[in-house]
Amino acid sequence: MADLQSKNGLREHEHVISVLVENRAGVLARISGMFSARGFNIDSLTVGETADPTVSRMTITARGDDSIIEQIIKQLRKLIDVIRVVDLSHKDHVDRELVLVKVKADKKTRGEIVQITEIFRAKTVDVSHEEMTIEVVGDQNKISAILDMFRPFGILEVARTGRVAMFRGAETLKL
Amino acid sequence: MGKSSAKPSYTGAEIVVDALEREGVEVVFGYPGGAILDVFDKLNQTKKFRFVLTRHEQGAGHAADGYARSSGKVGVVIVTSGPGATNTVTALATAHMDSAPIVVITGQVATAAIGNDAFQEADVVGITRPVTKHNFLVKRIEDLPVTLKQAFYIARSGRPGPVVVDLPKDVQKAALPGYQYPDTVEIRSYKPVREGNIAQIKKAAAAIQRAKRPVLYVGQGAVSSECQKELVELAERCDIPVTTTLLGLGAFPETHDLALHMLGMHGTEYANFAMHETDLIIAVGARFDDRVTGALDRFAPRREGVIHIDIDPSSISKSIEATIPVVGDCRSVLRELLKHLKPAKRPEWVKQVLDLKAARPLRFANDGKLHPQYVIDRLYHLTKGEAIIVADVGQNQMWSAHYYHYTRPRQFLSSGGLGTMGYGFPAAIGAQLANPDQTVVCIAGDGGIQMNIQEMATASIENVPVKVMILNNSYLGMVRQWQQHFYKRNYSGVFLHRRLPDGGFEYVPDFVKLCEAYGTLGICVTKREDVDEAIRTALRTPKCVFVDFHVEQEENVWPMIPAGQSFKEIMTGDEDPQHGLA
Repeated sequence: MADLQSKNGLREHEHVISVLVENRAGVLARISGMFSARGFNIDSLTVGETADPTVSRMTITARGDDSIIEQIIKQLRKLIDVIRVVDLSHKDHVDRELVLVKVKADKKTRGEIVQITEIFRAKTVDVSHEEMTIEVVGDQNKISAILDMFRPFGILEVARTGRVAMFRGAETLKL
Repeated sequence: MGKSSAKPSYTGAEIVVDALEREGVEVVFGYPGGAILDVFDKLNQTKKFRFVLTRHEQGAGHAADGYARSSGKVGVVIVTSGPGATNTVTALATAHMDSAPIVVITGQVATAAIGNDAFQEADVVGITRPVTKHNFLVKRIEDLPVTLKQAFYIARSGRPGPVVVDLPKDVQKAALPGYQYPDTVEIRSYKPVREGNIAQIKKAAAAIQRAKRPVLYVGQGAVSSECQKELVELAERCDIPVTTTLLGLGAFPETHDLALHMLGMHGTEYANFAMHETDLIIAVGARFDDRVTGALDRFAPRREGVIHIDIDPSSISKSIEATIPVVGDCRSVLRELLKHLKPAKRPEWVKQVLDLKAARPLRFANDGKLHPQYVIDRLYHLTKGEAIIVADVGQNQMWSAHYYHYTRPRQFLSSGGLGTMGYGFPAAIGAQLANPDQTVVCIAGDGGIQMNIQEMATASIENVPVKVMILNNSYLGMVRQWQQHFYKRNYSGVFLHRRLPDGGFEYVPDFVKLCEAYGTLGICVTKREDVDEAIRTALRTPKCVFVDFHVEQEENVWPMIPAGQSFKEIMTGDEDPQHGLA
C-alpha cells in the first residue's frame, strides 16, 4: 500500500494498456504467462466481456522504461488470441478503479469517517460497532488520497478491482 | 479417405487423416498410445503419406523439425497423451527458438476425464504454451476441421513455429455429419505482415547509399524466406560484406568473395572485426542474440545506424535499438529495397575486411594427428560441398559451421537458440526423408549422439541412409573447453568413457558393435590417413552409416569471445599448442 501512496498515486513510467482478446479459455494464462516468462511486472490486470461476447477486454497496468513497454506491447500483439493492443497512456483517457475498504470505526470516530466518505463521494456499504466498509470509485489520485485519510483510523482490509480505462471523447477501441 | 463428398459423416480420427492429406503432408513421425489409438486406427489406411515410427517422441519432434527446416514444409508429429506429449516438449522448445514450422497432434484423455488426474493425463496446453507459437485443445468435434486448418496456417506463416493440437479421445471418436475441410483460413487476431513499409524501405536505401562501412548481418529469417538471390544482388551491387548467424549459414553463399562467414562467440575474426568497425548494420532476419552480440554496450561501437528487417516486430529493438525498422518478409522487403538502390563501391572498406579474411582464416594444426576439423574439411571436399549437414550441439556444431561451406539455404540445420544436444541425428532422419535424393550427414559429438541414439532403429528399419560422423573426443567437449579456460582446468562431469586402472581408458560404447546390433554399418577411424576411405565408404553405402572418429581429445574451438565480452577480448587460439599455426 505504501507504494501506491507515492507521487500522487501515479508512478513514473506507469502505463495503462488496453487489450482486446478472443473470449476463450486459456487466454488469460497466455497473457499472464508471457509477462512472467519475460520478467515484465504487472501492477494490475482486469478482464471482462465486451459488448461483443466473443471479445474480452483487458486493462493492464505495467511499469517500465520505454523499451520495456514497447516489448510488452509487441509481445502482446504476437500472441495469436490478441486482437488489439493500445497504450492509453499516450492519449487522453479516463481510468477508474473500485476499492472496498474496511476501516476501524467506533462511536468517537464514525462521524469523521462518514464525513471523509462524503467529501470523496464514496459510499458506506456496511457498518457495525467496531468498523465500517466503504466503497470508493475513482482514479488513482482519489483512491490514494482517501486511503491516506483512512489510515490513521486503522485500515483493516482492502480489496481492489484493478483499473479499467478507455479513451475520452469519440475515439473507441475497435477490433 | 479423401473423398469428402462420398461420405456423409467423418469421425474426429478420420478428419485428422483427411486434413493431413489435404495439407499435402508426405511423412508423419510419431508414437502411439492409449489416448491416440483412434487416430492410429485410421493412420495406416491412407496411401497419401508415410508414417514413421520413431523410438522416442523427442526423436519424432526433432525429425519433423529437420524435415521442416530442410524443405520449408510443415513437419508433422502424432503422439499420445501424458508422457507421449511431455516427451515432445524439448523438440517443441527447439523448434520454437529456431522458428521451425511443425504441427504436433497429441492425444488427450476424454473431455469428461480432463482435470481428474486420469491415467496418462497431463495439462498439455498448459505445459506447451510457452514453447509453442500457439496451441489448441479441441473440445468439440465441430471445431476440429478449422482448428487443424489454423494450426497448419499458423505454423507456416509469419515467423514460423510449432503448433500443438491437443485432441481428447472422445473427440477422435465423435462423428461430424457433413464434414468439409475448409479451403481458406481467416484469423482476425493474426495477420502477419509480408510487405514492408515503403517509406521505411526508402529510408533504408538512403542509409545504405550514405554508409561508408556497411555490413549485412543475416539470420534464419533469410533462410525461411529463401532470399539468397536478393542478398547476393544487394551485396554485389552495393559492395557490402556479409556475415551470417549460425542458423543463417547458407542464406548467402559462403564461397562468395564478400562472405565473412559466421560472427559472434565462435565467429571468424574478420566477421567480428567487420561488425566492430561497421557504421551501418543491415540485419536481415536475425535477432541480435547474445551469442552474436556479447556485451550489448560494447557491441558494434562505431555503428551510426541499424536497419533491421524482420517479419517479427518483437525481434526488432529487443536487444539492439533499430534506427530503421522494417517489418516484413525478408525477400519481399529486399526486392523492394533493390528498386531504390544504385550501385556503390567501397573499395577501402571491402579491402580492409577481405585482407583480414585472407590474413586470419580459420585454421587448425596440420601435424599428422586426427583433428576433428580435418574430418569436416575432408567431408566438405568428398561431398563436393553439396551435402545437407545437420550438426548436433557443442564443439562439433561450431566446427561444422567453420569447415563446411554452405552455398544454399536449408543446407545447414542445427539447434541454435535452444542448443539441444541430441537434435542432430533425428533431425537428419527427417531431412533425409524430405530430401531422398540428397546426401544428408549428421555431425555429432560422442555426447550428443547418445541423447537420441535409439533412433538408429528408426533409420535402420525405415531405410533412411543418413551418414553420421561422430567426432569422438571422449569428452563433453564444449563444457570441457569452458572448464579448461574459465574453471582452471577442473574437468568435472565431462569424461564419457571408462577409466582403466592403468591410467588409460576404454571407449564406451563401442559404436561399431552398436551399429551391428541395430543393423546399420559402423566404421571406426583412429588415424588421419584413414579418414578419406571411411567417408567414401559411408557415402557409397546405401544405408545408415556411423563413422566413429577418435579425434584429438583436448581440441578447442577458436576463435572465441568469452560470454558477455566484446570483440576486444577475442581469444584467437594462437597461444593454444593444440591449435598450432602450421
